Amino acid sequence: MDRNYIPVLFLLGIAVLTAVAIIGLSHLVMRSRPTPVKQQPYESGMPPLGDARERFSIKFYMVAMLFIVFDIETVFMIPWAAYYRQLSCAVPLVGGACPAGQISFFGLGEMLVFMAILLAGFVYVWKKGALQWD
Amino acid sequence: MTHAMSLLLQAANPQLPPTDGMFILFGLIKAGAAFGIYMLCVAYTTLAERRVAAWIQDRLGPNRVGWEGFLQPIADGVKNFMKEESMPGGVNKALFILAPALAFVPAMITWAVIPFASPLPVPGVGLIDMVVADLPVGFLFTLAISSLGVYGVTIAGWSSNNKYALLGGLRASAQMISYEIAMGMSTVCVLLLAGNVNLSAVVSQQQAQGWNVLLLTLAFFIFAVAALAETNRVPFDLPEAESELIAGYHAEYSSMRYSMFPLAEYANIITSSSLIVALFFGGWDIPFTTWDNLPPWTITKTLATMGMYVSKVMFFVFAFIWLRWTVPRFRYDQLMSLGWKVLLPMALLYITAVASMVLALDYAALAREGMAFRGAMLGMNLVFVVLVFWVLDRGRIISPAFSRLERERVNRLRAVAERSDLLTGKGA
Repeated sequence: MDRNYIPVLFLLGIAVLTAVAIIGLSHLVMRSRPTPVKQQPYESGMPPLGDARERFSIKFYMVAMLFIVFDIETVFMIPWAAYYRQLSCAVPLVGGACPAGQISFFGLGEMLVFMAILLAGFVYVWKKGALQWD
Repeated sequence: MTHAMSLLLQAANPQLPPTDGMFILFGLIKAGAAFGIYMLCVAYTTLAERRVAAWIQDRLGPNRVGWEGFLQPIADGVKNFMKEESMPGGVNKALFILAPALAFVPAMITWAVIPFASPLPVPGVGLIDMVVADLPVGFLFTLAISSLGVYGVTIAGWSSNNKYALLGGLRASAQMISYEIAMGMSTVCVLLLAGNVNLSAVVSQQQAQGWNVLLLTLAFFIFAVAALAETNRVPFDLPEAESELIAGYHAEYSSMRYSMFPLAEYANIITSSSLIVALFFGGWDIPFTTWDNLPPWTITKTLATMGMYVSKVMFFVFAFIWLRWTVPRFRYDQLMSLGWKVLLPMALLYITAVASMVLALDYAALAREGMAFRGAMLGMNLVFVVLVFWVLDRGRIISPAFSRLERERVNRLRAVAERSDLLTGKGA
């Protein structure tokens, strides 16, 4: 394992401990004086009407689905961007640069095809009105 | 024998990386110290927000607790500890208690991979990188961890059994995931130039090539807008729009459980500012000099670069606060169409343009650090900036409310307004 990951675990440990300590300590220190009115859900002073967990707009599900598609696209693009120089060179890089005359369009072409497929879907989604909020 | 030799070598030369044991020890020290300083910065950002707000609105703000209100965050913290924790009927108890921690923890560890100064030579130990964890996956780590923050907000909204909270939670999750795409895509351009996802590599690329804000202004613009939306700040503060949703997803929270949410929000502001600085403003680079970029590393260089980094981050934190007290809030349809219909296609187009340009310049065999390469990138950048900010001005990107009405109806309303002297103000 790369030793660089160890400090992240330390930081994660400190952050989790702090969160638990803050919530726990605050729970121990506070004085609880519950009343029936205090324990009602807050609805601007009105008696609450029904359950809050009702059905909500389908738009939110649509956004979640589109997010998965496009976030995966982003995740594919990040390594492509990082290796772009190697991908656009027909032979291995020499000293971080491509030897003269060996530039290839492979990297750009592959990504253009990938983007075109996704863009077709994007245009379809747009025309179907999935991105329309009103 | 070889181990002892390498130890001796390192004691003599603090310009080499430390041994594993020392690395872990200093990792712990860095994580602890950085966490403490970060918490302090977050606490004082809350004070800064209130003082800057007061300054912009021409009032005094909290200035009584300690010198110029400097003990105010501590007083607020103590007060919040003593407050009663409300737990309304019908909440999902386990999730309700877990949600603040889920918002807080990712906010506190996202910045671990951002380098904040030049390496520090420690005699007898070695060269200590001034970044909590110099991960090879770098930027992917921040992207992954910052998306975990959505869970805290959504679960808080869902578990509260409150209509305002549920709406706030839903809005927040939809908004944060929408703008995360634009955010990720805008950084693809930076990674194209850097050729590495490690943020230390991105900083050293900018030291050699010039700050990315000059070469990739549009990417910076998209990233900054997405960062505002990710942190739920004005003009994207719809999840807690107080005039519509009281307090949004944390409406039912009180005491320290409530405080965790603002702490996470301010931590996210500092992290976003640090990311903007690291990706587009050269990180800890001091402009117009190469003195700070080259070994031998000294303590003076570490302190100077750290000062530079902190002042850059403070500027962006101030800009976040400044924006909050200056601009109005978007409508939800405007927010969604800006994210999906403007920023996403713009980012895709920009990635294609930058990739083609880099390939063309490589084909012309121009050196990446040379003036010709930088000049060509700068030229393309200027064309794009003029196109975007000239052609796509505000009226076309974000439609005003009346554009959803029929033209005839708009004209009728205008005529009514003119008759009633509403526009001229004579009636009053």
